[in-house]
Amino acid sequence: MPERSFVPSRGLVASLAVIALPLALALWASFAGETFYVTLATRIAILGLAATGLNLALGLGGLVSLGHAAFFGIGGYVAGIVASHAMEGTSVLGLPAISEMAYVWLLAAVAAGLFALVMGAISLRTSGVAFIMITLAFAQMIFYLAIAWPGYGGEDGLPITLRNGFFGLRTMRPMPFFLISFGALLFGLALFAVLKASRFGAALQAARQNGVRLASLGVEPFRIRLVAFVLSGMITALAGALYADLNRFVSPSMLSWHMSGELIVLVVLGGVGRLAGPLAGATLYVLLEHVLGGLTERWQFFLGLALLAVVLLGRGGLMSLLAPKGVRHG
Amino acid sequence: MAEPILGVSGLRKTFGALKVTDGVSLDLRPGEIHALIGPNGAGKSTLIHQICGSLAPDEGRVFFEGRDVTASTPAARARAGLGRTFQVSTVIPEFTALGHAMLAVQARQGTSFRFLRPVAGDRSLREPAMAALARVGLENRAHVPAAVLSHGERRRLEVALVLALGSKALLMDEPMAGMGSEGSRELTALLSELRREAPILMVEHDMDAVFALADRISVLVYGRIVATGTPDEIRRDPVVRQAYLGDEAS
Repeated sequence: MPERSFVPSRGLVASLAVIALPLALALWASFAGETFYVTLATRIAILGLAATGLNLALGLGGLVSLGHAAFFGIGGYVAGIVASHAMEGTSVLGLPAISEMAYVWLLAAVAAGLFALVMGAISLRTSGVAFIMITLAFAQMIFYLAIAWPGYGGEDGLPITLRNGFFGLRTMRPMPFFLISFGALLFGLALFAVLKASRFGAALQAARQNGVRLASLGVEPFRIRLVAFVLSGMITALAGALYADLNRFVSPSMLSWHMSGELIVLVVLGGVGRLAGPLAGATLYVLLEHVLGGLTERWQFFLGLALLAVVLLGRGGLMSLLAPKGVRHG
Repeated sequence: MAEPILGVSGLRKTFGALKVTDGVSLDLRPGEIHALIGPNGAGKSTLIHQICGSLAPDEGRVFFEGRDVTASTPAARARAGLGRTFQVSTVIPEFTALGHAMLAVQARQGTSFRFLRPVAGDRSLREPAMAALARVGLENRAHVPAAVLSHGERRRLEVALVLALGSKALLMDEPMAGMGSEGSRELTALLSELRREAPILMVEHDMDAVFALADRISVLVYGRIVATGTPDEIRRDPVVRQAYLGDEAS
């Protein structure tokens, strides 16, 4: 067996490199005047954050949720709805419409957290395929609700004329908006790392690997998983709110099951349960989309190949290529 | 006589036409080891599952410290103080032996919903966990992942976990299973000592261990208890000899 104590440090270096990449890309692009690449880096950061949220449920808890688009979309619609009411000067459900990101994020997290509580309370009584199907069904419910509700654009989606504000920063400019998104990503990653190392994280990882053993110690796996699922949904909703502001547009596609699948792909591609795995996955995904998307419309074919290679060859995802995680046991 | 800490009354469970548990009543008193023996298919493990809560009985009641726990989940029974070890060692593959014991300590403290402080280096978890490992002789294997512990080490880890949990009574499903003769002797000595802290209800096939350890033995045949008594009484019981022990006990 290799000495385990030095392995994490290599993992840390690899994680920091992956985290620094979008920042470096944005800084370079900003100095070079290539605002398009700043936006690309912002997309990486936001998708990385969304997948980091999923990584909490999927990576640490082993919960294969095919419903995380619901949280991503709820975050997006909260941002869009608040922004549009703020433009009109009307209120939302009796709450004031303040076009300020901190406020939007709070509402998004609360709304997604409540939805995750209901979804988790029902779906977490099952496991395996049933769990996947129930999470999918919940997300599809929201998807069809968004399509059928003409008040907020229905099928056409809802444009956001002006991005929500952030303490006076000029959020319509690419670099300030990137820095806000990157800050949110760092917050999400820090939260993931702290949770993973905590008592709760120990219980959650035990629930994934052996729920019967955890129960025999007097801890209900259901409660642990439910809390993880809610926190996971809240982080993904935060990313959704940023994503809507980035595109200045929110549509039902953010809620579609393709989105849920994409988030799973990002996590698997990067490394399930690894701190920087989802971000690594998001980076590769966005870069592939950009580079190959310029060459062929069928770039997702190559994404599929990359995913196949990762799943078949490097089972721990990109992060395991950068920093192998010791010997895999069992 | 002391009040029993664990009681089972009139337990029944059928799978289709098969009566796996057919009106079982038994109890476990402070300070004793009560062994449950019987031929294969007698329903011993099914009975253990009903007592620890992973299987619901069709009829009957389970009492722990005078409280009816028949409707409680396995985790709730564990929190009340009913510890268990499994027939097949049940470990968390990526956790080290120490990680397991620390999880048991945090479960005992009821602190699994603490989100911030890292577990690593937390002495309030580590010290009681190491103490539990030391009692079963695993202190030198503390940092080995459970997936690479030997069979015998995993059996001992199971015991360390109920020690770390501070369980008031123990259910043990074949603790000696697969242990070598040396390992069996060590474990026998450990369990013999343990009964004063926490009485043990155990299912066991190793008759040497059963007759060396048990204060009382109940014999289960086709889901019914056909005899309960001291090891001597059971050895002499003609029904038991015919039904089960054969020449083994003579």
